[in-house]
Amino acid sequence: MIIRFFHQMGSPRYFYGVAGKLIPWFMISFLVTLVVGLYYGLFVAPTDYQQGESYRIMYIHVPAAWMSMFIYVVMAVSGLISLVWRIKMTEVVVISSATVGAWFTFLALATGSLWGKPMWGTWWVWDARLTAELLLLFLYLGIIALHSAIEDKRVAARAVSILALVGVVNIPIIHYSVEWWNTLHQPASVTKFDKPSMDVSMLIPLLTMAISFKLYYGAVVLMRARAEIIERERNSRWVMEMVEQEAK
Amino acid sequence: MSTLSLTSAFSMLLKRDLVLAYRRRAEMVNPMLFFVLVTAMFPLGIGNDPKLIEAVGPGVIWVAALLAALLSLDSMFRSDFDDGSLEQFMLSAHPVSILVLAKVLAHWLVTGLPLFIVAPLLAVLLNIPASAIPTLMLTLVLGTPVLSLIGSVGVALTVGLRRGGVILSLLVLPLYVPVLIFATDAVKTAIVGIPTTAQLSILSAMLVGSLVLAPVATAASLRISLS
Repeated sequence: MIIRFFHQMGSPRYFYGVAGKLIPWFMISFLVTLVVGLYYGLFVAPTDYQQGESYRIMYIHVPAAWMSMFIYVVMAVSGLISLVWRIKMTEVVVISSATVGAWFTFLALATGSLWGKPMWGTWWVWDARLTAELLLLFLYLGIIALHSAIEDKRVAARAVSILALVGVVNIPIIHYSVEWWNTLHQPASVTKFDKPSMDVSMLIPLLTMAISFKLYYGAVVLMRARAEIIERERNSRWVMEMVEQEAK
Repeated sequence: MSTLSLTSAFSMLLKRDLVLAYRRRAEMVNPMLFFVLVTAMFPLGIGNDPKLIEAVGPGVIWVAALLAALLSLDSMFRSDFDDGSLEQFMLSAHPVSILVLAKVLAHWLVTGLPLFIVAPLLAVLLNIPASAIPTLMLTLVLGTPVLSLIGSVGVALTVGLRRGGVILSLLVLPLYVPVLIFATDAVKTAIVGIPTTAQLSILSAMLVGSLVLAPVATAASLRISLS
């Protein structure tokens, strides 16, 4: 049963169909959780006693930062699967995730710097987390650049998978080395985030936003995967038949 | 070829690469010259305040070493890829990762070791006290092989590309960050006179880790690039 499921999901045609059916569900639940999360985050959640209203950017910033790491792990896992078992669909997932992941990383950096201006008084601090996030963005950009440079898309997918795996081995090392570097050299005048245990009324909107972002990622990755499948399989019969039917 | 033992295959490949490098001696000097030139540019850019130069010295030397390593990476597999001998290595009966290790070792001996040799000179130019120079050289000995090993993965992925150079720097430089951080920190700590065992241990751990993992990734990448 399970083997049959994986076998079917490995077939581009089947995947294309299932993905097409799933996208509306992802989209609808994304919009619902987005509206609920933003409403509770921006209007219902109490004002922070230290940071005032500006802490509310957290409801975008924190989920985006979580997504930037989550997507990289997804890429590395699907990269491993596609290298070991040569499953075409996981290759497609690796490629489709890269751009979304890069944008989430960029969003986390941009909102972080907007948040940093009122809190720290500066747009950018060489804080351990900020630096690690910036390096993560570079890793994403490297993956995108490598993929676009290789003409044969199947070869490109496998090369990118290796790169994602090398990156995922390195991310913890980069993270801890940046933390070490920072703790030794950062002047004490800049206040770092100490994580207070968060109140439930703030935590619930935050988690809702996190789920919302995950659903958005699901929808976008399926859309991109569908586009990638069509491009790869453009010479196969089922795609041609589908196009002919659409044209009628 | 099949009767050849792995050890002799390794040493033959190493010897071959060293001989080839020796016949193009001028190319061997280039990374070293680049290293010296980049380092000499920094005082010109930031001014001749001895205190300032001393403060940025370790960082400057290591960033220059990083760039020199990056610049020389492209030659690691290039000529073998162009004349087809890389494909022959792939066909050999021996594990490709071990052969890769021989090539990386040869490449490091030719491009990484010269950096180590000129480093004391640059340290003097940048006002780094003599007491910290042994630590600087130790970080170079431990760190530059890591640069070559990590770099070999990037080169293997981009060797078949026409405009691989820029992409290579994008792939490899973020991965070089831990080496840069710990190496410069070791030198800075040594200047102050505090023991640097922690940093050097971590650099050694990175060397061991990349020695084990990088050749496997490089071999897999080469297979993909040649497919």
